[in-house]
Amino acid sequence: MKIEYTKIVKDHFYNPRNVGEIKDANGIGTVGSKTCGDVMTIYLRIEKKIIKDISFKTYGCAAAIASGSIATEIAKGMKIQDAMGLTREDIAKKLGGLPEFKMHCSNLAADAIHKAIKDYTKKLKE
Amino acid sequence: MEKIYFDNGATTCIDNEVLEEMMPYYNKYYGNPSSLHSFGVDAANAIDISRMKIAKILNAKQDEIIFTSGGTESDNLALKGISYSFKEKINTKDNHIITSSIEHPAIIETCKYLQNQGYNVKYLPVDKYGLVKIDDLENAITKNTFLISIMYANNEIGTIEPIKDIGKIAKKYGIIFHTDAVQAVCKTPIDIKKLNIDLLSISSHKIYGPKGIGVLFVKNGIEVIPIIHGGGHEKNIRSGTLNTPGIVGIGKACELGQNRMNIDIPHIKKLRDKLINNLLKISDTYLNGHPTKRLVNNINFHVKNIDGESLLMMLDEKGIATSTGSACSSKKLYSSHVLKELGLNQNQLQSSLRLTLGRENSEEEILYASELIPKVVKKLRQISPI
Ligand SMILES: Cc1ncc(COP(=O)(O)O)c(C=O)c1O
Ligand code: FES
Repeated sequence: MKIEYTKIVKDHFYNPRNVGEIKDANGIGTVGSKTCGDVMTIYLRIEKKIIKDISFKTYGCAAAIASGSIATEIAKGMKIQDAMGLTREDIAKKLGGLPEFKMHCSNLAADAIHKAIKDYTKKLKE
Repeated sequence: MEKIYFDNGATTCIDNEVLEEMMPYYNKYYGNPSSLHSFGVDAANAIDISRMKIAKILNAKQDEIIFTSGGTESDNLALKGISYSFKEKINTKDNHIITSSIEHPAIIETCKYLQNQGYNVKYLPVDKYGLVKIDDLENAITKNTFLISIMYANNEIGTIEPIKDIGKIAKKYGIIFHTDAVQAVCKTPIDIKKLNIDLLSISSHKIYGPKGIGVLFVKNGIEVIPIIHGGGHEKNIRSGTLNTPGIVGIGKACELGQNRMNIDIPHIKKLRDKLINNLLKISDTYLNGHPTKRLVNNINFHVKNIDGESLLMMLDEKGIATSTGSACSSKKLYSSHVLKELGLNQNQLQSSLRLTLGRENSEEEILYASELIPKVVKKLRQISPI
C-alpha cells in the first residue's frame, strides 16, 4: 500500500483554501474520526438557505487537509439541502481520487459540513 | 538549496569509493566464486578480503561471517536457524525465545511465525526511553530458554540497548545471544567478544553500501540450521551463488565506516545535537527515545497537535526528506508499535517525526532545517482547530 496523492490533493494540501474561522458564522460543526482521532471543524455563513461563506480547520493528515479545502470550494454557493447530500465519494472524486484507506479522511469533511448545517437549523428552531 | 536527505535510517546513498570498488566485479571479474578457473579465483579472493574486513570491525574471525541478502534475511536465519536446532524444546513449557517488544518487523514477524511453529516467545517491555530492563530479562529466563534476541539500537528512536549487560546475562545462563545491529554498525564500535555476542545481523544499505546484501555473524561452534537449501555455500548455512559485487561493496563499506568513525561520529553528533536543540525550542515539542543512550544520527520527536504525515509532506515539498516511524510503517495508517511501547498516546504517536542524519549532511542544512521546521509547524497549527 503506497500513499500516492494526486496533483489536486497536493495542491489543496500545500495551499489550502478557506482556512480559518468565520467571525459571524451561523453554523459550526466539529467532528472527530473514530479511525485515527483526527478532527475537522467547518464554519458556515448561511443566508436564505444558501451557503454564502464557508471555512474549515483540520488537525489531520494531508488527505484530511485537502478534503477540507476542496469541500469548502464544492459547498460554497450550494443550497443547504444539496450540501446535506454531499458524500465522501463526492469529495474524493473532486480530489482526483484518494487511496482506499484514506477515504475516512474525506468522510471527516462531509460529516463536518452536515453537522454545521444541522447546527444552523437547530439554532433556527430555538 | 539542494534537496536535503534526513532519512539515512531508511537507507543511505552508496559511497562513491564503495561503488568504484564494486564495478569491476560486474563486468571484469564476473566469475562464479565456486569455479576453479582464474575467473572464479579472482572472485573468491575478493570475497575473502571482504570477509576479512567485516570480521575485523567486529573482532570476529573470517569464517564466522555468513553472507545473506540483507538485514531481514540475517534476522530470519538467526532466529529460525537457532530455533530449528532446538526443535525438541517445542514440547516444553515457558519461554524459549526472549526478545523485546520494539524489535524491527524482521524480528517480530519471524518470532510470530516461530510461535505458530510451537515455540514460546517472550516480548520484553521497555521503559519510556525504549530501554530493556535487565531485571525483566533475567526474570523471563527459564530452563528452556535457548535464545535471546535483542536489537543493538532501535531503528525508529535510536535507543541503544544495554548490550553488554544482556551479553553477560546470556553467558551466565548459557543462552545464545543474537543482536540485530543493522542500525548500530559503523555508528558505534562493536566488539563481539567483549559483548558476548553469538550472532549479529548487518545490512549493507544502512552503511553506504549497496542494497540486497547483508551479513550474519555466527560464532564458531554455534549450530545454525539453513533456511535456504542448495549447493551448500557459506559452510552449508546459506546456499546460493555468492553476490560478489555486493560482497565487495559491503566489505568496503565496513572498512570505510571503521576508518571514518573518528570523523563521522563527532561530525554527525554535533549536527544532531544542534538540530535537536533547535527543534525543542518549538513549543510543546518533545524528544522520543533516550537523551544520551542514542544513535549519533537519530532524532525522533513529537510536536503537540501536529500530524506527522502532514509535517513530512510539507517538508518534502521544501526539499527535506524525513520519515514518520520507520520506512515500512509510513505506508500504513496505524503508527509505530515502537512509540506505542514507550507509552505515547495516539495523538503523540501521530505527531512524531524521525530525522536520521548521515555523513553527507552539513551545518548549512541543519540551519536551513532549524528555520524551516518551526515555520511549517506554525502553518499547520494555524490550520488546526485544536
Ligand atoms: C533494525 C533493523 N533490522 C532489520 C532491517 C532490515 O534490513 P534490510 O532492509 O537489509 O532487509 C532494518 C532496516 O530496515 C532495520 O532497521
Ligand atoms: S489519517 Fe486521519 S484524517 Fe487522514
